[in-house]
Amino acid sequence: MSEALRVPTMAEMMASGETPDILFWVGCAGSFDDRAKKITKAVVKILNKCEVKFAVLGTEESCTGDPAKRAGNEFLFQMQAMMNIQVLDGYEVKKIVTACPHCFNTLKNEYPELGGNYEVIHHTQLIQSLIDEGKLVVAGGDTFKGKKITFHDPCYLGRANDVYEAPRQMLQKLDAELAEMKRCRTKGLCCGAGGAQMFKEAEKGNKEVNIERTEDALEVKPDIIATGCPFCNTMMTDGVKNFNKEDDIKVMDVAELIATAADL
Amino acid sequence: MISNIVFAILLIAGIGGFVYNAGKIRRNILLGRDVNRSDRKAERWKVMGLVALGQKKMFKNPLPAFLHLCLYAAFVITQIELIEIFTDGVSGKHRIFRADLGAFYTFMISFIEVLSILAFVATFIFLARRNLLKIPRFVKDEMTGWPKLDANIILIAEIILICFIFMMNGADEVLYQRKLSHAPYLEDNSFGFLISQHVGPLLFGGMSDSSLHLVERIGWWGHIIMVFAFLNYLPFSKHFHIILAFPNTYFSNLESKGKFTNMESVTNEVKLMMDPNADPFAAPAPAEGEVQRFGAKDVQDLTWKNLLDSYTCTECGRCTAACPANQTGKLLSPRKIMMDTRDRLDEVGKNIDKHGKDYDDGKSLLGDYITEEELWACTSCNACVEECPVNIDPLSIIMDMRRYLVMEESKTPSELTGMMTNIENNGAPWQFSQADRLNWKDEA
Repeated sequence: MSEALRVPTMAEMMASGETPDILFWVGCAGSFDDRAKKITKAVVKILNKCEVKFAVLGTEESCTGDPAKRAGNEFLFQMQAMMNIQVLDGYEVKKIVTACPHCFNTLKNEYPELGGNYEVIHHTQLIQSLIDEGKLVVAGGDTFKGKKITFHDPCYLGRANDVYEAPRQMLQKLDAELAEMKRCRTKGLCCGAGGAQMFKEAEKGNKEVNIERTEDALEVKPDIIATGCPFCNTMMTDGVKNFNKEDDIKVMDVAELIATAADL
Repeated sequence: MISNIVFAILLIAGIGGFVYNAGKIRRNILLGRDVNRSDRKAERWKVMGLVALGQKKMFKNPLPAFLHLCLYAAFVITQIELIEIFTDGVSGKHRIFRADLGAFYTFMISFIEVLSILAFVATFIFLARRNLLKIPRFVKDEMTGWPKLDANIILIAEIILICFIFMMNGADEVLYQRKLSHAPYLEDNSFGFLISQHVGPLLFGGMSDSSLHLVERIGWWGHIIMVFAFLNYLPFSKHFHIILAFPNTYFSNLESKGKFTNMESVTNEVKLMMDPNADPFAAPAPAEGEVQRFGAKDVQDLTWKNLLDSYTCTECGRCTAACPANQTGKLLSPRKIMMDTRDRLDEVGKNIDKHGKDYDDGKSLLGDYITEEELWACTSCNACVEECPVNIDPLSIIMDMRRYLVMEESKTPSELTGMMTNIENNGAPWQFSQADRLNWKDEA
């Protein structure tokens, strides 16, 4: 790691009279989950490298309410939403980027009716535009040369919001072989974590969903399973471990792959 | 003359019966809560054109899509021939349009015949897929008994219908060649219909004149009776999708699939809670109209679009085949959610017919039809919604029932209660302090 991460908070920005161009919504997983924190840092490295003027809410950030809403607790969801909207509007936030498709979906689709109107993008979309604008050069040389990467579509990014191409276009910059699973894009199989399943045991069945999905991935014999969601990452990592393949197959977020390739 | 009268009675009874039963279904659908789907009309017509008329979503799976297209095209184009059959039936004429339309008439009937042959073959393949090959989605738990029989009845009826068409055209062809047909004679020796000009003589060439007339009449009457029987079967069958697919796709949800509804009733409560100027001791404002429960316990708590969805479902099972929960052996099947909703709605409708509008049979969709275990198995991944060829949304029913369970009955799985408590207390689904949210920044 070259230099310390620069992660200004909205409060610090405001105190120094500055307005960031974009808010980085870290999300609960990105803040607290040890694996997801690495994804958060990869995103920050990219933002730092490209000198994107961003800020985080830090301790003022709170759950978007997504898992509560999907679990049927609309009261709790709307309480969270209204409180978050007050904070976001207090800082006059216009644009938000997040590395979590669940936060992305909720902020983008479900906050507007409650008064929270922001331009919300997923981190793969932001990184894609940074590459397109020439601000981020991915010339990582041989890091991924000859490697086979398969992309697992997060439901809340793909089917829920029709974002299929941004992560794939980024992966194509890596000089690696991009192999699709038999079920991909609109037909992509869920990792098993959505709809608040992340926070409970699965109902009685004959298999775990993440095992079923990991089998899809193993079929293409990848070196790396790429995804764009911290929860998918957890589920796929567990799935790979289940098959004792963790030494051969890495589960990585697209942001981590790009950060590595760009030598960050 | 008698046949004209019989035909007219059949026509009136056939259409009248259909309108009566379709009206009941309309009434049942309108028992649902209101939802606005009258906006963005141009977009809606486009969705209907692509998805219902154009069968766009069917073609994700090319083989069944092609077979289905054969049946669908034969069905749609045959409606044109029905115009002539109705006119003939009422007027007592025979092939009334042939003289005026000439070559175009020959082309149309030939086209219908070709499609009918394709449909004939497709129907047998469909029967084989259901009964011999036992394609997994056709043999799930919910597909026993009536749903299985219903599917086979429809397919067999289609085969019989097509047989009648070729009896009618084939026998008439032979009669025409013998100058005995009741059709107007042009200066030719054959109708020239692509299939029946060959099949007719082959099958019926050796028959006597009187037998031919009998076969032709059996074909003609058999065809039209099947059409009316089919029409009146529709409201009691999954096959109603041939009509409801059109309104159902027109009224599709046009928002992103990830966007779940924000309950307005809750918004009002939450706003009040967060308003520092609200008087905590004020008497609650009188409710406007009937107080609705949070979420859905029974069919009346769902929207009319959910209910229209349920009658539109033709039980193809693409949703269930794509469902991650179902694939991994859980109880949830999105198709069953739709079938249960329809069956319960039918039951509620029958109760209204028998006992009047306010009758309560003590049953409900949740509990008597759909279990909690099914609802909690959903990952909300939208695969079922994506798959449905006619834009049915099982997920919104599942979510509304979860809302009822959680907000009205506090029946939340215990681990989820913990998750919710954490969100309330520390703004994260896990037990981490909000003050530690930025700690990652300084961790190695």
